[in-house]
Amino acid sequence: MDTKASKSASQFEYRPSALRMRYDNFIGGKWIAPVKGRYFADSSPLNQMELAQIARSSAEDVELALDAAHKARHRWADTAPAERARLLNKIADKIEENLQFIANVETVDNGKPIRETVNADVPLAADHFRYFAGCIRAEEGAISEIDRDTIAYHFKEPMGVVGQIIPWNFPLLMAAWKLAPALAAGNCVVIKPASDTPLSLCVLMDLIGDILPPGVLNVVFGHGAEVGTPLARSPRIAKIAFTGETTTGRQIMQYAAETIIPQTMELGGKSPNIFFADVMDKDDEFFDKALEGFALFAFNKGEVCTCPSRALVQESIFDKFMERAVARVAKIKVGDPLDLATQMGPQCSRGQMEKILEYIRIGKDEGAKLATGGDRAHPGGDFEKGFFLQPTVFTGNNKMRVFQEEIFGPVISVTTFKDLDDAIAIGNDTLYGLGAGVWSRDANNLYRVGRGIEAGRVWTNCYHVYPAHAAFGGYKHSGFGRETHKMILEHYQQTKNMLVNYSTKAQGFF
Amino acid sequence: MPERVIATEKAKALVRWLKDEFGPLIFHQSGGCCEGTAPMCFKRSDFRVGASDVFLGSIEGCPFYIGAATFQYFSSMQVVIDVTKDGGDSFSLEAPGGVRFITRSRLFTDEEIRILDTQGPPPTGLMPHSTSDRHQGVRS
Repeated sequence: MDTKASKSASQFEYRPSALRMRYDNFIGGKWIAPVKGRYFADSSPLNQMELAQIARSSAEDVELALDAAHKARHRWADTAPAERARLLNKIADKIEENLQFIANVETVDNGKPIRETVNADVPLAADHFRYFAGCIRAEEGAISEIDRDTIAYHFKEPMGVVGQIIPWNFPLLMAAWKLAPALAAGNCVVIKPASDTPLSLCVLMDLIGDILPPGVLNVVFGHGAEVGTPLARSPRIAKIAFTGETTTGRQIMQYAAETIIPQTMELGGKSPNIFFADVMDKDDEFFDKALEGFALFAFNKGEVCTCPSRALVQESIFDKFMERAVARVAKIKVGDPLDLATQMGPQCSRGQMEKILEYIRIGKDEGAKLATGGDRAHPGGDFEKGFFLQPTVFTGNNKMRVFQEEIFGPVISVTTFKDLDDAIAIGNDTLYGLGAGVWSRDANNLYRVGRGIEAGRVWTNCYHVYPAHAAFGGYKHSGFGRETHKMILEHYQQTKNMLVNYSTKAQGFF
Repeated sequence: MPERVIATEKAKALVRWLKDEFGPLIFHQSGGCCEGTAPMCFKRSDFRVGASDVFLGSIEGCPFYIGAATFQYFSSMQVVIDVTKDGGDSFSLEAPGGVRFITRSRLFTDEEIRILDTQGPPPTGLMPHSTSDRHQGVRS
């Protein structure tokens, strides 16, 4: 693996010494203590070590952040796109300059392995700011000639102040996905990170806080029930973006119905990863890549909305494919996520680990066959206090709950399909439609499945790649709106039409 | 008749405390990303029940619903609501206290399924709820 990490494992710290002991909210360009003076302990899922005390905010703090954002909004909206782009590029530079540190913080706060934070989360976050800096420079409105004297000008204007609620699985990257287009488009933002994983935004604001004008970006820390709810239902936001589960998604849309504001929602998935028989025609580099594609369900310990948590394997190769695939999974290195060789760290919280173990029990009860894993992992020492699980492979049928519900953990459920139509039918037999994967040496298989699957992203002979400039978002219960592409800008903009008549003659009606 | 949703003593005690703190409550079983497949507990006025939501039963007088599509996969299981520590961030009311409701499940026995089948499908949409919790003080 080509790794950008320049530090050896021992140079990363279980509690990075540059962290402060306590973080307040970042409002109006300053760190401000929460109104009620309450804090909560943010601890590491590696060993339950306390990392910092974080503001436990309430509705009053959300109001302060909204005050600051509203104060800043007109000036920011009037800031030239070139200047907004310059500042976004500065943010990207700052992230890149501090890549090792931010990656270290993200790893100990979330549990994801350092090889992922160093090579994916942090560099992708920087790139997202650069991408949207470029997009906004290149953006154009439109002019329509209605007739010789009448011209329709279409301007793209910012929404104003927007609310964003970020999940804990990619704390920095999901923030970048939402912040970069919102800021590029000229909006001011109030953002709530997840209370399990606040630290990367804490250190980010220490690094970039003085780049943007005060009030343009405000971060309010705390719990969903105490911060997310007042933010989402506030009549002072012009748009809400949410990534999370379906019931809260529904609740936020209900609030948005009351305040009549648009939303973008990303609500999860149960993505099929489809392997045609021809992947085993040769035991070559491509087949090795396909096996890696299978094992990618363990990427970010399975805590990914697009986790390829269902594998559909063509029945003619099922036994021999599974032999190789299970052997590959059994080799996944679980343990200290600060070790560059580690492929899977601990789940993000005890609750998450318990939920996954409950699903493993349900899978067994339903009659799914356990091929490997199925229990806690024990890396030893201090990590016994952490939330480590074994990568787990079930085989069964697509009607089982482990095939239908998003487990959000390193658990894959495998079944067979007969032919192309069967693959599409089983692939689509799910409430969700966020991601999918298809693997074949035959371009027709790839194209037909790609078009037949009802999902927003179909990885074709690849998986879990998240470049800017490829649209990402869901069909069906997975939500709506497309991020990581310039088209998300439209979700953060209003269209202003000026209809101008250059004739001096009356219309003649009155 | 077998209950479709029950709660452990620990979960019941937490529900009683939350009712005391927030007033009438509602549960809705979530799905999807992050906290998905966990029960969400809201103030009753904060969540609008849809016409197709399936009413599974009540916990300490608080109605428990599940989305129609999700119910398909829960229909053969009894939902057992329990509590775990350090459950993670959530819009659910108990989460700021460092605890989290968790959904455990138990497959109904064939006999239980036979009895449930004779009852027909569970009701959908907003139920006329008991008034027992209406007199609880709202302190928050």
